[in-house]
Amino acid sequence: MTDIPLTTDQLSVTYTGDREIEAVKGVSIDFPANTLTTIIGPSGCGKSTLLKSLNRLHDIQENVEINGDVLLSGESVYDTDVPAPEIRRRIGYVPQTPTALPVSIYENVAYGLRIHGDYDSKADLDEKVETYLRKVNLWDEVADRLDAPGAELSTGQIQRLCVARSLAVEPDVLLCDEVTSALDPVSAESVEETLRELKSEYTIVLVTHSMAQARRLADEVVFLYLGEVIESNDVRSFFEDPQAERTRTFIGGPTPVDRDGTPVEPTATPPTHGGGSTVDDDER
Amino acid sequence: MTTDTDDLRDRARSSRLGRRLLAERYSSYWLTAAGYTAIALFAGITLLLFYRSLPILSEYPLSSLLTSANWDPAANEFGFLPAIVGTVYVTVLSMVMGVPVALGAAIYIAEYAEGRMKTLVAALIDVLAAVPSVIFGLVALIVVVPFVGNYVAPVFGENTVGVGIFTVSLVMAIVITPFMTSLTVESLESLPDELRETSLGVGATKFETIRSVLLRAAGPGIFSAILLGFGRVFGATIVPALLIGGQTQIPSSVFSSGQTLPTLIVNDFGELMSLPLTQSALIFVGLMLVVVVWLFNFGAMLVQRRLKRRWQYR
Amino acid sequence: MNRYTRQRLFGIAVRAAASLVVGVLLLVIGVTVIRGGGVLLADPSIVLTPPGARYMLEGTGGFLHAVLGSIFIVGPATVVSMVAAVSTAVYLQSDYSSERFSDAVNMFLNVLWGTPPIVYGLFVLTIIIATGTQTSLFFGIVAIAIFQYPIMTRYTDEALRAAPETVRESTYGLGATRFESARMTVRAAAPGVIAGLVMGFARGIGDAATVLFTTGRSTRMPGGLFDAATTLPVLIFDQAMSFNAEVRSHAYAAAFVLTVVVLGLIVLSKLLAGRYARYTPGGNR
Repeated sequence: MTDIPLTTDQLSVTYTGDREIEAVKGVSIDFPANTLTTIIGPSGCGKSTLLKSLNRLHDIQENVEINGDVLLSGESVYDTDVPAPEIRRRIGYVPQTPTALPVSIYENVAYGLRIHGDYDSKADLDEKVETYLRKVNLWDEVADRLDAPGAELSTGQIQRLCVARSLAVEPDVLLCDEVTSALDPVSAESVEETLRELKSEYTIVLVTHSMAQARRLADEVVFLYLGEVIESNDVRSFFEDPQAERTRTFIGGPTPVDRDGTPVEPTATPPTHGGGSTVDDDER
Repeated sequence: MTTDTDDLRDRARSSRLGRRLLAERYSSYWLTAAGYTAIALFAGITLLLFYRSLPILSEYPLSSLLTSANWDPAANEFGFLPAIVGTVYVTVLSMVMGVPVALGAAIYIAEYAEGRMKTLVAALIDVLAAVPSVIFGLVALIVVVPFVGNYVAPVFGENTVGVGIFTVSLVMAIVITPFMTSLTVESLESLPDELRETSLGVGATKFETIRSVLLRAAGPGIFSAILLGFGRVFGATIVPALLIGGQTQIPSSVFSSGQTLPTLIVNDFGELMSLPLTQSALIFVGLMLVVVVWLFNFGAMLVQRRLKRRWQYR
Repeated sequence: MNRYTRQRLFGIAVRAAASLVVGVLLLVIGVTVIRGGGVLLADPSIVLTPPGARYMLEGTGGFLHAVLGSIFIVGPATVVSMVAAVSTAVYLQSDYSSERFSDAVNMFLNVLWGTPPIVYGLFVLTIIIATGTQTSLFFGIVAIAIFQYPIMTRYTDEALRAAPETVRESTYGLGATRFESARMTVRAAAPGVIAGLVMGFARGIGDAATVLFTTGRSTRMPGGLFDAATTLPVLIFDQAMSFNAEVRSHAYAAAFVLTVVVLGLIVLSKLLAGRYARYTPGGNR
């Protein structure tokens, strides 16, 4: 495996419905291995569209046109003989809304393993389900009720269940679409904690509109604005020494530039890894 | 070592993937066929009924079939007018009796009733909408028939045993009311509460809110409820066959016995199999039913689309 | 008239309308239960007794033939129709067909839904005539299945539309194929699909017009797939027009059985839907 498992090359996504909208405009980004890269930007800037184009989720929609390419370990994702389902197994996706499949907790995690046939015996399946539930710190909470419907868990637990479900099919890359935005602060923290633990083992791309979350979790930050990459850098440089004017404005928070044109002083503090007290400043 | 097992896993996966994609392909053929079923069914019914109607249509001009009052298959007289008039009477009367009551009951459930009462009444009406119409017909034989014969008809100076067009209309109104009620409740309840609050907020009374805002906003839904009610009365077979009296003549009043298009088929079913021309004539009745339902539905869809666009409600 | 007076009168009017509907319906059910229940209490065995040789003339024996006919016709018809309905509804989802196509199909489904059942009966009858075969249990199944198809498809389609979009996204994100994803969406829509199934069965078992011309209105026990048969609603219809009081009283007994079955099914569907709702995202409110 190369150090850069996932790359986009002049990737453009255009919605060709009633009005033609180019939501992602010629984006080229590298997502390094065993790193958590966040894509940040204001709502409607094309973050989710970009994320879904990385594993061909747009294939199932009408009226979406994709140009450029996505490379997984150097191989094209679009121009390939590998069928889309296999591409999506290698590049997992966790949607924004916590979604328990309408089956038991156990079967939620086993679902991907079952469709891909990734187990030898019932014992093997049991073991794998346990392994991945442990990975997302959910095992202790659900071990005694694996047969209960997944939908009966709390939203924070469901979101961790979703992560476990995605990890179970052994993806090379995991895409997470604003996975904490639908959660209360406490649940959001538990999911963040899980992602923080996973990021040394997995290549994770996390879309978020929360600056604070990016600071807490990211190794690399990509700032997307109106479908274009304005700036991308490692987290420290990005927040402490932003290069682009627009980045400075955006990091500065919701307050716009002053009347005379000088940007508002960024109030950024260095990211504090491992701290849990920063959830409150999350801009939800 | 790990590479070996990884390799094995990959190979197992890819052979499994081949099978999964094959299942995907064959299932998509099957599903596509299913997707076209409705269209095929529709076309099949229309074409077959039309084809089998050709003998009668080539024998007699359409205008005389529709305007002749003389129905006597044995004498090769095929006038559909009595049945057409009977059908129109029954349909109009049932709708006149059923729609206001259904609307009122629906407004009560959606806007007035609360708590237990609401659940109870709504559930009762929902459940009873599913009671087979033959049961209504059967009960009507011992309840509605004497009621109409002894009490209603004399008021209008009519002398009848109780079977006839009015009885059928009354029973059909009873059959379709719960059905229209529950559909109307559905569309009233899907309206956002903001609509009610906005209207009440400008000082409108509840009645004014319901009349000028809610009924209008729920218009498309109510419209289709009424249309479905119409369709069920129009094509009703069993209740009219039990209660209409089966006289193929132009009804002299709403209390006289008569015939509707569907009952014509039921009553002359015996001859249907043996006499080719009668067979064709009765199949033509089926074709007429389909064509009318067809026209009403497509017309309704146009109206509905316009209503929706005009008021911007779904 | 004062607007507040009008408001009060309107309130009274809608209450009256609701009471009228409920009252009339209770009357219908009451008469069925009392008359039918009375006949059944006097001789419950008629439900399980085959008809005598002169059953429709003198009421000798029972109506087991119609009970079995209903089961053997509506059961298979519901299964066939359900498979077709779920397949159609899945196809109408955006993953398979364009929005324009599914709009068009929905339009035809609406028209089919509004088509009088007697037309379906007549349609199958013309097939019987064209193929030179006889009315039988088999053609009853065909007619009922056609009748149920648009009803069940509408319910299933609505249920699938209401299923959360994220179930599809989640399964695709795990590498599921379109078919595998659709299967999970159907599971997520299970309460609605089951409601559609039971409604379809209830409508099918209660309809007489579709089977009136297609099964042969037999007065004997059904002998096989291509043998003549009858169903409960058709039997009730035939009995109701009899001149023999004993035969007419059997009509109420049969009506009682039919009503209990239909109402029981509706209650069952609500219970089942509630059970499955546990598994549905957001369904456990």
